[in-house]
Amino acid sequence: MRKIIRRIKWLEKARLGAFVKILENRMAILGIIILLAFAFSAVFADFISPYDPLHIDLEKMLEKPSTKHILGTDELGRDILSRIIYGTRISLMIGVISVIIGLLFGVPLGAVAGYCGGKIDNIFMGITDVLLSFPSLLLAIAIVAVLGTSLVNAMIAIGISQIPVFARLVRGSVLSLKGREFVEAAKGVGATNFRIIFSHILPNCLAPIIVQSTLLIASGIIAGAGLGFLGLGAQPPTPEWGAMLSRGRIYIRVAPHICFFPGLTIMLAVLGFNLLGDVLRDVLDPRLRMLKARI
Amino acid sequence: MTDKLVEVRNLVKYFPIKGGIFLRTLGFVHAVDSISFHIKRGEAFGLVGESGCGKTTVGRCILRLIEPTSGEIYFDGLNVVQLNDAEMRKLRYKMQMVFQNPYASLNPSARVHAIVGEPLLINRIAKGEDLDKKVLELLFKVGLSEDHLNRFPHEFSGGQRQRIGIARALALNPEFIVLDEPTSMLDVSVQAQMLNLLKDLQKELQLTYLFISHNLSVIEHMSNRIAVMYIGKIVEIAEAREIFLEQLHPYTQALFSTVPILDPDMKRDRIILGGEVPNPANPPSGCRFHPRCSLRIPKCKEIEPKLADIGNEHLVACHLL
Amino acid sequence: MTEPLLSIRNLKVHFYTYAGIVKALDGVDLDVYREETSGLVGETGCGKSVTSLSILRLVPNPGKIVEGKILFQGENLLEKSEEEMREIRGRKIAMIFQDPMTYLNPVLTIGDQVAEAITLHQDLSEEVIRMRIDELQKKHEQIYSSPNAEKIRAKIEKLYLTKKASPKLSWWDVKKASMKRALQVLNLVRMPYPERILNLYPHELSGGMRQRALIAMSISCNPSLLIADEATTFLDVTIQAQILHLLNELRQETKTSMLIVTHDLGIVAEMCDRVLTMYAGVIIECAKTRSLFKNPAHPYTRGLLGAIPKLHQKVEKLEMIPGTVPDLIHPPAGCKFHPRCLLAKDICKVERPGMIEVESNHFVACHLYGA
Repeated sequence: MRKIIRRIKWLEKARLGAFVKILENRMAILGIIILLAFAFSAVFADFISPYDPLHIDLEKMLEKPSTKHILGTDELGRDILSRIIYGTRISLMIGVISVIIGLLFGVPLGAVAGYCGGKIDNIFMGITDVLLSFPSLLLAIAIVAVLGTSLVNAMIAIGISQIPVFARLVRGSVLSLKGREFVEAAKGVGATNFRIIFSHILPNCLAPIIVQSTLLIASGIIAGAGLGFLGLGAQPPTPEWGAMLSRGRIYIRVAPHICFFPGLTIMLAVLGFNLLGDVLRDVLDPRLRMLKARI
Repeated sequence: MTDKLVEVRNLVKYFPIKGGIFLRTLGFVHAVDSISFHIKRGEAFGLVGESGCGKTTVGRCILRLIEPTSGEIYFDGLNVVQLNDAEMRKLRYKMQMVFQNPYASLNPSARVHAIVGEPLLINRIAKGEDLDKKVLELLFKVGLSEDHLNRFPHEFSGGQRQRIGIARALALNPEFIVLDEPTSMLDVSVQAQMLNLLKDLQKELQLTYLFISHNLSVIEHMSNRIAVMYIGKIVEIAEAREIFLEQLHPYTQALFSTVPILDPDMKRDRIILGGEVPNPANPPSGCRFHPRCSLRIPKCKEIEPKLADIGNEHLVACHLL
Repeated sequence: MTEPLLSIRNLKVHFYTYAGIVKALDGVDLDVYREETSGLVGETGCGKSVTSLSILRLVPNPGKIVEGKILFQGENLLEKSEEEMREIRGRKIAMIFQDPMTYLNPVLTIGDQVAEAITLHQDLSEEVIRMRIDELQKKHEQIYSSPNAEKIRAKIEKLYLTKKASPKLSWWDVKKASMKRALQVLNLVRMPYPERILNLYPHELSGGMRQRALIAMSISCNPSLLIADEATTFLDVTIQAQILHLLNELRQETKTSMLIVTHDLGIVAEMCDRVLTMYAGVIIECAKTRSLFKNPAHPYTRGLLGAIPKLHQKVEKLEMIPGTVPDLIHPPAGCKFHPRCLLAKDICKVERPGMIEVESNHFVACHLYGA
C-alpha cells in the first residue's frame, strides 16, 4: 500500500495528480471496485462462470439459490449466475460502444457548431434539439424499429440518442473557450481553423467530456437493459440483463430470484459508473486551482 | 522599404450590438472611429488611453485578427486590408502580438515546447531536431531555460508565462510586434524585468513596437512617440519627451496629472475630471471630450475637431488650438 | 504616542491545501492609529488581502487564523463570538472591496443594498418618529381650524413623549426611514442624481458609480475604521482619481481612520500618513510616508521603488529585483527576502530579523541595521 501511495505521489507531479484525490474519496473507491469486478467478469467470463449460460436443463427449472446454483436457475434450467456473468460482456459493450458512437459524431458536431457560430450553429443545434426532444428510450426504440432488432442495432440506436448530449456539451465548452487569447494567438501565427478546434480548443474540453462519458455509459446500460426488456435488443438465447428481467416477470410470484438478481446487477453497474463519474467531475475541474492556491 | 513601417489611414471599426428575439442589430459600438497615424521603422510607438477608447481594437485590426469596418492599413507599403488569406499568411511572419493576460494567452493543455514551436511547425519552417534547437534558442533569448521545455503553463508564474508569450511572438522572426498591455497583470517587480527584456530585445533584433497600455508611466518609459486615445479617437500624438513637458489636449493634461509622483515633497495639482467615461455605443456629439472638459466652448459641442499639426510633428485635435 | 485604534500582533494565518500548508501570514504586526490613514503595500501573494480579511475574520476556507491577537479599541477580535463580529462588521469596521461588480448583488437595487447596511446596524426609531411627526404636522396645517385638529395635536404630543421609548415600527416605516438615510449617504459620496440611483441596479451603473455605492454602504454606519482593499484597481485612472479624491474628502469630514491595502505605491504616496511594506507574509518596513519614500531602508522597498517607471525621472533601465516570490509552502528560513537580496549576509539565512528603528518612527526588519 505504501508503495502504491508513493507511486501515486510521483504521478501527482505529472498532471495525473487527480488520481490522488480520486483515491482519497471513499465513494470513488467503491465505484472503482464495482467497476473492476464487472470488468473482470466480462473479460474472464469463460473462466469464472460455473456453467454454460446457454445450457438448458429442464429438470432443474426455477430452482432457488443453492450451493450448486448460487443464484438459482431460470425457467429453462440455465444457471443465472453464469448468465449474469456473460451478460456483463453484452451490457458493458452496449454502454461503451454507444458512448463511442455518441462521442465520434457528437463531439465534432458540437465543436464545429460552437466554433463557427452563425448559420452552421443554428442548423446543427436545430438537429440536436430535434433529437433531444424525444425521450431517449423512445428514440432508441424508433431507430431499432427501423433497423431491426439485434444487439448491434440496439447499440447504434442508443448511440444515436447520445449524440446530441455530447454535441451540446462540447458546444458549450467551445463557446466559452473561443474568445480566449490563446485562440487569438494561434490565429495570429497562422493556424487553420481545423487545427485550432482540434489541437487547441478540444484538448481543453476533455474534463466535461470524460465525466459525461462515464455517466452516459451508465445510462447506456440502462437503455440497453430497457431495450432488452422490451425484447428489442439482444435476442434470445443471448443472456442480457434486461431480457432476463423481462423473462422473469411471469414467474415473479414463484421464483422472484429470476428477476431480482439481474435487476440488482443492473443497479450495481449503474451505481459504479455514476460514482466514478461524480468523483471525476469533482476532481477534474477545480483540480488545477486547488493545487496552486494563490492567496 | 519605406520609413513608415506601419501606416493607418481612417481606420474605422464598429461592433454591432445585437438584441431582441431575432438578434437584430440595435446599434453600433464605435470602438475605433476614423483614426490615422504612422509608426516609423525601429521606433516604439505608444498608444495610451482608458477603457473603451479602442486601443486594443486598433492593435488587433493592424494584425487583422479583427476585420476593420473601413479604412486602410499599410504595412511596409502593402495594403493589409485587401490581402486574401494566403497572402495574409505570408505577412503574418512579419507582424506578431504579445497579449495581455498571461493566464489566458497560452493553451493550458499544451507544453511550452509545443506552444513556442507551433508557429514554426505550422508554417513549415523547421521540424524535428532543427525545431528543437530553434525553440531552445528562443527560450534562452527570453530568459528561460531547458527544463522549462516540457512543462505546462499552469506551472509557471505570470511573469514567466509572459516570457513564453514573447518567445512565441519572436518565433517567426517578425519585424513588428504589437504589445497589448503586456505588463498590466504583472506585479511591479516582474514588470520591471519584462520591460527591460523588451527593450533589450528591441535593440538586439531591431524590432518595431506598438505598445498599448493604460499606464502612462510605463508607456512613457518605453516609447519614442505617444498617441493618446479617447473613445475611438486620437486626441494627441507627439514625441514622448515633448508630450511629457507640455500636454496640449485637456484630456492628456488630465491623464498626466493622475500619474502618481513618488516623491512626497513634490506637490502637484491633480486635475479631477468630472463625469463618467462615456459609452462608446453612444459617443457625445462634436468633440467627444466636451462633456468633461472644463475649457469647452460652444463650438466643441457641435463640430468635431480634426487632428492638426501644431508644429514639430506634435498633433492635437482640439478647437482651442 | 496615543494608543492605536487597531493593533495586530503576531498574526499567523495558514491555508491548508492539497499541495501543503501555505503560510500566508507568518507573524504580522500592524498598527493603525486614530484619524490616520495607513497604507499596506505589497505585491501579489504577500498576504495583504489576507491581513485585511483577518481583521474582519472573513478568511475563506481552507484558511485558518492559527495564532495572534487583533486588538480593536482594546478588545481582541479573535476572541469574539460570531454574533459579536457581525455587530462589528459594517458598524465599527467597514471594508471596501476590489471589484464592485462582484461585490454588489446584481438582483437588488442600489437603494435596497445601501438601506440594508443601515437597517442592520442602526436604530431607526428616532428617524421613524421624526417622519411621523412631520407627516402629522403637515396634516395639521391643512385642517387647522377643523375639530380634528385637536386629535392630531394630541397625537403629536404623544409622539414627542414617546421619543425615548421605541414605538412599534412597521416594515414600511423602516423602509422609508432607511431609504432616507441611504439618500443622505449617497449624497455624502457625491453620487450624481442620487434619487435616480436608488432605483437602479448595479449593472446599470458605471464602474466609478458602483464603487461609490460600495463606499456609501461602508460609511453608512460611520465606522471607526475603514479598510479599502485594492478599491481602485479595476477602475480607469481618471475615475480612480475621482474616487481617491472622494476618499480624501471623506477622511477629512468624518475623521475615520483608514487602512488602504494596495500594490500601487503611487496611491500610498498620495493618500497615506503611514506606510507598511509587506513581503511573503511578514511586515518588513513601517514608517511615515515621507520617511519611506525619502529613505527606503529595506532592500525590497528600495527595489520596489526602483522598479517603478517614474515620469519625472527618466532612466534607461529599470531596477530589477532578481528571482521570484517565494513558495509559501516552504518559505525560506531566516529573513524571507534573503534569497533575492543582493546584500544578504550569513545571519540573514538563519535568523529572522526583528523590527529595528532606523530613524524616528521608521522601523525595518533587516539585519543590515542595528546590532
